Amino acid sequence: MLDFLAGLVPQFAMDWWVAWPSWLQYLAGTLFKILILTVGVILCVAFSTYFERKVIGSMQSRVGPNRVGFKGLLQPFADVFKLLFKEVIVPSQSSKFIFVIAPLLSLTPALAAWAVIPMNNWFVIADINAGLLYVLALTSVGVYGVILAGWATNSKYALLGAMRSAAQIVAYEIAMGFALVGVLMAAGSLNIGDIVNAQAGGVSNWFLLPLLPLFLVYWISGVAETNRAPFDVAEGESEIVAGFHVEYSGVAFALFFLAEYANMILISTLTAVFFLGGWASPFEGWTFLNDIPWLAWLTAGGLHWLFLKMCFFMYTFFWLRATFPRYRYDQIMRLGWKVFIPVTIVWIAVEGAMAWFHVGPWSNLGA
Amino acid sequence: MNQVISYIKTFALWELLKGLSVTQRNWFRKSVTLEYPEEKTPQSHRFRGLHALRRYPNGEERCIACKLCEAVCPALAITIESGVGEDGTRRTSRYDIDLFKCIYCGFCEEACPVDAIVETRIHEYHMEAPGENIMTKDKLLAVGDKYEAMISADKAADAEYR
Repeated sequence: MLDFLAGLVPQFAMDWWVAWPSWLQYLAGTLFKILILTVGVILCVAFSTYFERKVIGSMQSRVGPNRVGFKGLLQPFADVFKLLFKEVIVPSQSSKFIFVIAPLLSLTPALAAWAVIPMNNWFVIADINAGLLYVLALTSVGVYGVILAGWATNSKYALLGAMRSAAQIVAYEIAMGFALVGVLMAAGSLNIGDIVNAQAGGVSNWFLLPLLPLFLVYWISGVAETNRAPFDVAEGESEIVAGFHVEYSGVAFALFFLAEYANMILISTLTAVFFLGGWASPFEGWTFLNDIPWLAWLTAGGLHWLFLKMCFFMYTFFWLRATFPRYRYDQIMRLGWKVFIPVTIVWIAVEGAMAWFHVGPWSNLGA
Repeated sequence: MNQVISYIKTFALWELLKGLSVTQRNWFRKSVTLEYPEEKTPQSHRFRGLHALRRYPNGEERCIACKLCEAVCPALAITIESGVGEDGTRRTSRYDIDLFKCIYCGFCEEACPVDAIVETRIHEYHMEAPGENIMTKDKLLAVGDKYEAMISADKAADAEYR
């Protein structure tokens, strides 16, 4: 269970560990892995807020946060402490129980979906066969938190935001699901570890090129799914103040914020896993790199490559936000239903036909 | 044919990529931010900041309580009461400027026949208690005494354009 710690902890600790009953080993080991992963995700969330402000600042010729700590690196912690010390105001006309649990309902799925995502070839909390379905299910469940928050607040802005968010997520979930059908056909498995292994062997084996339209649809749907700019009508500041979280403050708001960013990181990681080969190195097979000192990590697959790919997609999130104005609501619906769903269906058909007749880069898919 | 090209462009996300390239080019550009407390923008000698009442070099108040500034003030920020000074001349017994009402237009300075009321280039000041926004005659004279060198230099620099 915790074999990866073998070289890191002293021998007597390992002996003591081995003496535990197996069910306790399993429980403690899983909890330990969950702790590592959750802390990692939350740290990523903290620094992605900093990263976002820096990136958008640079794109607008500003400097972004630079006062707290070296180059402003402690800014996320300053923000967290500010939110923790603020009062949580529960509106008197709200449905209090739902109002309080809604942030948790939106945060829990965002963190739980990480359980099936393999970080490298051995670190995964739950190596289940229906991993892809599990991810699809949990990313959809997240919308309940948003709807209940909007409903329980008893405010028209919050309700409008929640309705928009629900409609948008339902629309883009379908395109996303179809895009993943393409991945499923190519990999021949629902297990995410198997999907990554199916892409082993360098950039040409990644699903990025054979499934390029599906990649674009998946990524744009992912942006829409997380309610990020330019699809952020659910919290469109200029129209409905802040949407579903308009009445939330303090820790409750921080939880929504955490859920939104955890979802963004999740979508970035999933895109990397499904289309960019997950933890695989793009220089796989470039053996001459192994002879150069300090460069062996370039050819070795592992968490660092997954992290770099995730960072690239996070950067793209912020890049899109700095570039595009907000979509009009009916245009979002048109794009989701009338463009993305037909495109994905057509490409699944093309992919199937190509793989069946062994044409071009598709010939090896689904082997 | 044009329709076909525009269709291809739409699916290649052509316009979107053009937009993204603009922001990406800006990302490499140097930021234009001035980090305020450490760096400051150059300031004109005509800057209109905190008010001051000036004196002649012999220490006599310049203000003769003509109330032209009070009359011209568009924000009604100036309140003047006149009386007889110690030397028997016409002087102000009260000269208040409400800094919250003042819009820093500089009309008072323009209207003044004796260059008594001026706006200095001081702009980093604050109030800590209610009522501190009222600049009384004493406070205005104190500002004038403290910064007379800067004020007269600024006036001299501007003299050739008047």
